[in-house]
Amino acid sequence: MAFLSVRDLVVAYGAIQAVRGVSFEVERGQIVSLIGSNGAGKTTTLRTVSGLLRPVSGEIVLDGTPIHTLPAHEILSLGVAHSPEGRRLFARMSVEENLRLGAYTRKDEAGVLKDIQRVYDLFPVLGERRMNKAGLFSGGEQQMLAIGRALMSSPKLLMLDEPSMGLSPIMTQKIFDTVKELRDAGTTVLLVEQNALSALALSDHAYVIDLGRTTLSGTGRELLADPRVQEAYLGEAASA
Amino acid sequence: MLSTFLSQIANGLVLGSLIALIALGYTMVYGIITLINFAHGEIFMVGAYGGLASMTYLLPTVITQRWYFALPIVLVVGALVSILVAVAMERFAYRPLRNAPRLAPLITALGVSVALQEAVRVFYPGATAAIPFPDLFIQGTLIIPIGDGVPIRYTGILLIVLSLVLAFGLERFVERTRMGRAMRATSQDRDVARLMGINPDRVIVLTFAIGGALAGIAGVLYGSYLNNINIDMGFQNGIFAFTAAVLGGIGNIRGAVIGGLVIGLVKALGGQYLPGGTAYDYVWIFVVLIIVLVFRPQGFFGETERVRA
Ligand SMILES: Nc1ncnc2c1ncn2[C@@H]1O[C@H](COP(=O)(O)OP(=O)(O)OP(=O)(O)O)[C@@H](O)[C@H]1O
Ligand SMILES: [Mg+2]
Repeated sequence: MAFLSVRDLVVAYGAIQAVRGVSFEVERGQIVSLIGSNGAGKTTTLRTVSGLLRPVSGEIVLDGTPIHTLPAHEILSLGVAHSPEGRRLFARMSVEENLRLGAYTRKDEAGVLKDIQRVYDLFPVLGERRMNKAGLFSGGEQQMLAIGRALMSSPKLLMLDEPSMGLSPIMTQKIFDTVKELRDAGTTVLLVEQNALSALALSDHAYVIDLGRTTLSGTGRELLADPRVQEAYLGEAASA
Repeated sequence: MLSTFLSQIANGLVLGSLIALIALGYTMVYGIITLINFAHGEIFMVGAYGGLASMTYLLPTVITQRWYFALPIVLVVGALVSILVAVAMERFAYRPLRNAPRLAPLITALGVSVALQEAVRVFYPGATAAIPFPDLFIQGTLIIPIGDGVPIRYTGILLIVLSLVLAFGLERFVERTRMGRAMRATSQDRDVARLMGINPDRVIVLTFAIGGALAGIAGVLYGSYLNNINIDMGFQNGIFAFTAAVLGGIGNIRGAVIGGLVIGLVKALGGQYLPGGTAYDYVWIFVVLIIVLVFRPQGFFGETERVRA
């Protein structure tokens, strides 16, 4: 059975249904992407998986346990970390404090220190400026910190919402390389991206969300080659 | 001349420390849930009555006659009563309104405030008038040998020292501990705090409890210093403390302390030197508030830009 499985998810903001039938599965050890245009419902889907929003209907099952009725802090304890859209760092706290907050629920101080060091090894710039306030960093550096913070809970499932947003192509490549390394080290990744080309190239599996519904799915390769995907989401790449 | 001035400074510092202790509760709660808890003054008031009740009805004379037994016990009782009321207030009055329009909890706060005053008036024996409150510390006055001598009661010294120690301890707690970090995280971005595994309900309860404890201690010290209490004490001092919190920059711990001291000094010195005397307390305090806010709308220590204001 899939590690995470989302079935017929419907989520509304008041009267507005933002998600009206999203279903997908994430297998252990894979990178799975959700792609789709602005307002398709990708962020809403992730926020519902992590417990910030309650679905109107549908179910979310993690490793056999339904989680769509649990509060966010319990879902984190089950091993789901969510790096939100726009990074949302604690801007007035230092790098180190942001990482410590990522490890908030952990009691193993030695392990936390080791993992903080691991994040610094992964992103040396963070280690060099560990006492600086997060708000003072560049967009790319903030994204590194956001990913580092999410990793600090030692998640089984890492959810990243548009990690490439606002980044230079070089920085984007670095972030995606890191995602691949994390997958190879055993972390399952659920990735939301508008940058469909890079996301599909990276993904073991992917789903297209359109107007709140999952419409297509396949391996990254299959979707890259699919004319419907090329037309809608890879316009420039396909014509290039 | 000089000693009059200095003794007013001493009065101002005593009063200011008291206001600071109350202001910490306003500022902490605002920092976490952006609610001005207008019933916070009443939490201070019930702490004083709770402490007095333990002194009058509970403790044996062997204890009440020795300040080093009585003072800590009454402070703890006062703090506990206030914590209980503050936490119940959060749970039953504010939590159901967490997602309501902002006016709803504000009006509720006013209602809770009136309800608490009336509850004490009706149920506490003799509370329809002011009730005498014993001095719980070493009796007497220290004369600081400057000029003709500057008098300050030992209880006043206790008030200043204890307030500063508690405020300093609170700042350390918020800056250095895991729970303090969770409070700051919740204040900056509640949803992301939840994504870190923080349960905001627990943080909010803790915040009300801390504010309650400080207010309860302030209530007992107030009674001990002024030697009588009445059910309006929360309203009057609540306004001073709220003003202090705004003056210092609401949401900021150090600001609440400095704001409290400034207001205490303005009240004491204004009463002595400005036309109208003590009758114009509120006027001078609000004049200072307005002047400061014109030049520094965020208060002394307020952040110009907050992640969540
Ligand atoms: N807080 C909100 N209140 C009301 N409507 C919202 C809210 N957040 C999102 N929506 C609406 O829900 C729909 C889905 O939004 P969502 O943010 O999930 O899309 P998305 O796929 O993440 O888009 P993007 O690629 O632009 O980030 C949109 O129509 C959006 O306007
Ligand atoms: Mg989005």
